[in-house]
Amino acid sequence: MERLQNGVAAGRLDAAAYDANFSDLHPRFEKHEALVAADRCYFCHDAPCMTACPTAIDIPMFIRQISTGNALGAAKTIFDQNIFGGMCARVCPTETLCEQACVRNTAEERPVDIGRLQRYATDTAMDAGRQFYRRAEPTGKTVAVVGAGPAGLAAAHRLAVKGHQVVVFDAREKAGGLNEYGLAAYKAADDFAAREIAYILEIGGIEIRTGQKLGTDFALSDLTSKYDAVFLGLGLAGVNGLGIEGESLEGVEDAVEFIAGLRQADDLSTVSVGRRVVVLGGGMTAIDAAIQSKLLGAEEVTICYRRGKAEMNASEYEQELAASKGVFIRHWLKPKAILGTDGKVAGIELEGTAFSDGRLVGTGETGVIAADMILKAIGQKLSTDGIATLRMEAGRIVVDEEGRTSLPKVWAGGDCVAAGEDLTVTSVAQGRDAAESIHSALTVAARPAVAIA
Amino acid sequence: MADLRTEFVGIKSPNPFWLASAPPTDKAYNVERAFKAGWGGVVWKTLGEEGPPVVNVNGPRYGAIWGADRRLLGLNNIELITDRPLQVNLQEMKQVKMNWPDRALIASIMVPCNEESWKAILPLVEETGADGIELNFGCPHGMSERGMGAAVGQVPEYIEMVVRWCKQYTRMPVITKLTPNITDIRKPARAAKAGGTDAVSLINTINSIVSVDLDNFAPSPTVGGKGTHGGYCGPAVKPIALNMVAEIARDAETYGLPISGIGGITTWRDAAEFIALGCGNVQVCTAAMTYGFKVVQEMITGLSDWMDEKGHRSIADIQGRAVPNVTDWQYLNLNYIAKAHIDQDACIKCGRCHIACEDTSHQAITAMVDGVRHFEVMEDECVGCNLCVNVCPVENCITMVPLDVGTLDQRTGKPVSPDYANWTTHPNNPMAREAAE
Repeated sequence: MERLQNGVAAGRLDAAAYDANFSDLHPRFEKHEALVAADRCYFCHDAPCMTACPTAIDIPMFIRQISTGNALGAAKTIFDQNIFGGMCARVCPTETLCEQACVRNTAEERPVDIGRLQRYATDTAMDAGRQFYRRAEPTGKTVAVVGAGPAGLAAAHRLAVKGHQVVVFDAREKAGGLNEYGLAAYKAADDFAAREIAYILEIGGIEIRTGQKLGTDFALSDLTSKYDAVFLGLGLAGVNGLGIEGESLEGVEDAVEFIAGLRQADDLSTVSVGRRVVVLGGGMTAIDAAIQSKLLGAEEVTICYRRGKAEMNASEYEQELAASKGVFIRHWLKPKAILGTDGKVAGIELEGTAFSDGRLVGTGETGVIAADMILKAIGQKLSTDGIATLRMEAGRIVVDEEGRTSLPKVWAGGDCVAAGEDLTVTSVAQGRDAAESIHSALTVAARPAVAIA
Repeated sequence: MADLRTEFVGIKSPNPFWLASAPPTDKAYNVERAFKAGWGGVVWKTLGEEGPPVVNVNGPRYGAIWGADRRLLGLNNIELITDRPLQVNLQEMKQVKMNWPDRALIASIMVPCNEESWKAILPLVEETGADGIELNFGCPHGMSERGMGAAVGQVPEYIEMVVRWCKQYTRMPVITKLTPNITDIRKPARAAKAGGTDAVSLINTINSIVSVDLDNFAPSPTVGGKGTHGGYCGPAVKPIALNMVAEIARDAETYGLPISGIGGITTWRDAAEFIALGCGNVQVCTAAMTYGFKVVQEMITGLSDWMDEKGHRSIADIQGRAVPNVTDWQYLNLNYIAKAHIDQDACIKCGRCHIACEDTSHQAITAMVDGVRHFEVMEDECVGCNLCVNVCPVENCITMVPLDVGTLDQRTGKPVSPDYANWTTHPNNPMAREAAE
């Protein structure tokens, strides 16, 4: 197969190039590097990094533990707050979270390498097969979790630790949610998502049932009648449409599906990509799809975003990463029509945009970018299949601060709730906190009423 | 999970980490915060006799030295004993002890060196419910000019005398805190033991001037253009403290005397080292003053995790384990031979090992081989001194590898002897004894 062949094609690169392109983005720290990096932490009081972390990991403490040679203790400090500490160390946009808050930025414009130190600690523990938690005595309660992504499994783990029995349902073939099917492959190299789930499930008491879709294979009412509590950690299965001409042409794909196909491919040389790819969108999915298109051998990859650089959801770091891989990011362009030849994508017509009185409007200027593949990364939405009985707002499930939905016995967290930020780490925090709320609800119910004299 | 509970001279605490008598333990407010953070005990900042309290300077009380990246390595202070009224301290101590019955609360005391003064304060302290007392014979600045603190600690006879009074006038366990500003630490320790002390704690701070202000030509901290020596503490003093602890732990006269270890303890590892040299617990100050009370959580988890990893179940399992391995130079095995080895994969080619060896030691490390920058040990020159290991910036890049018995030492041309042979039997030693047949 030729590297520059027109159209959508697989096998543009040789095996060595695929290996190099999709290897670990940031290799793990060696011990020496970890010690040098850890040395830079000031052990701040009420540390800004910790406040910036959605799961509130005690970052100064785990870094101090690394610096005193106690990497396993550091891992426990991390897992106490975030059982997905390994994946978060790889995929968190630390540049907009903990590392942005690091006080070292003020003095030196270079934060402590918190993400990579977290990976050093969690990898050490996982490589050693070290488990830090033991299940409490069985409570006799069983909780159903829908969705085996970060929110669902964080909830399941915390519930299992508390001694509850957990059954997790997931529509896909494998557990993991976006950790398994989304995200860029080079951030979770060496099948890390699956290894992490195996590590988390070692706690015991968690049964995973895959290929089980809410609203198709079972109903929410089945769960509420059969289980003591239900946690919904649903992903956003619905994809927004462009609503323009040419959307059904061959070569137009959802970026989410494209990434899922890539993540699941045993052999990357079987994954097809266009010679010229246009990615529509401005979030992390757009960046991940664009970079990976490039790494699969696409000659030209252009991200078109309908607003400006400042409005992009993808972090500055991610934008720079994309640029460094040869992705071209263009702002203030919205798709007008997808052009085709013989039923296949040949290009995309775009219109310039601008803000006018606070509203985004077309400027009337148009242009065409030649392309044989269009990847749509314009956002996903929550499918309402099976959850019509829940109160919703702006297309997401309404929950209170503990994750309780409008239905008794039903909690929710992650991308499916209004407060979801489409971040792994936020989902983990919400799953964990909902589990605590479920636990206290179940144990309060079990406690005998105390007579007050 | 390792059991970190300790019972030191009958005083129980949930872990071996006490805060030393110092500014962090001057008030109920601080001590309450310390206990909330997890400290196992505190030695309340030194109480003086009843009457108008001492006064402190109102300018800088601390000076410091720093390592790279401004890491605080040594702190020096000229603060005196508590400057709050005795009754206020006693009331607060009583309340705190009631609030925290499971934590150790020790009163540090320093009153003039006469029997009446000690006799007067001991019942007042006892009434607070404090678990024990610590005699401050160490404070090297200010109070020593008034015949207290180090002025007592430097005269073994005084130590013995005061300890005896304390044992006579209180039922509380007595811990005698020793000053390092003395030639032979065993002398005051023996005196304390002779007086009947239940334990010793060491080291107190070391006489020091941390720096000189070169614009004003005055020692810092500078108070109104003048400075004085202060008490030096922090990570920099740890090696001095470890040696003094070991001297007491292995001295025939004081062997077995309980020791509370103090001196630059900053991490779990430091604490474990003091305990291995015989300490029943440790006291910390500078680490808390640098990082806040929360730092104890690293010490607790680190010590516990290490003990779990090594299979040590309790503090008693590790206490004193290194004492039998502390010996005099004359008993070190002269037939033990080690050579430095440089891991070429880890080497970053900075050349510090070479220049240290070339300029200041034994010319045993190459700088260039076949025209290429390359650092390698020449075994026929290496005496195994370890200097290169210590100056190398990369941990474990240079290691000392012992030569097996029978292998040829290229430097001496002789095979490594299987026999233990030390200076006492060496032919070059004019005092050498014949080995017994």
